[in-house]
Amino acid sequence: MNAELSLWVEIPVAVLLVLSGVFTLLGAIGLLRMKDYFQRMHPPALASTIGAWCVALASIICFSALKSGPVVHAWLIPVLLAITVPVTTLLLARAALFRKRMAGDDVPAEVSSRQTESGS
Amino acid sequence: MSPLLSNAILLTLFLYCMAMALTLVRLFKGPSAQDRVLALDYLYIVAMLMMLTLGIRYASDTYFEAALLIALFGFVGSFALAKFLLRGEVIE
Repeated sequence: MNAELSLWVEIPVAVLLVLSGVFTLLGAIGLLRMKDYFQRMHPPALASTIGAWCVALASIICFSALKSGPVVHAWLIPVLLAITVPVTTLLLARAALFRKRMAGDDVPAEVSSRQTESGS
Repeated sequence: MSPLLSNAILLTLFLYCMAMALTLVRLFKGPSAQDRVLALDYLYIVAMLMMLTLGIRYASDTYFEAALLIALFGFVGSFALAKFLLRGEVIE
């Protein structure tokens, strides 16, 4: 690259990147160590929220300094994740609840009965 | 690129690799199918963050597009797998 970054740009970029790496690793450790499936659904949110936000912010700072103007297209990633991750999480939770209920595990009973669901 | 930033990027990539390795352990060990789907979803997200970090490393916009594609396909894949676990078929 031809343009050189100043130290005051590199320090926040480095700190944000390492922070995102640490939180992503924490999420993976949580995914591995938690006992129950429904507990295990929580740690991955660390990477898709604070991890993605930190990397996007670092990318924005770096590219804005390189091109000496605001370059904010990296925000698309956290915005996209904020829309899509809750959908998959909700569907996975429902699938796990359904499968555990079918397997006869001790999970909360259904809130809506079959009659109201069949109307839709 | 100064040694500070390149070392920080190396450390970040190493942390992401550790996270992916731990997630792979969960993917292969996972007692139930939904554990494996959750681990696959997490792998997609970490790979996407890795692409963004590589984009900073090489100061290139192409990696951002790759990250966007990985995010989209990860969502579609996880959605289809979760739907399959819920209903036994993807499109009904």
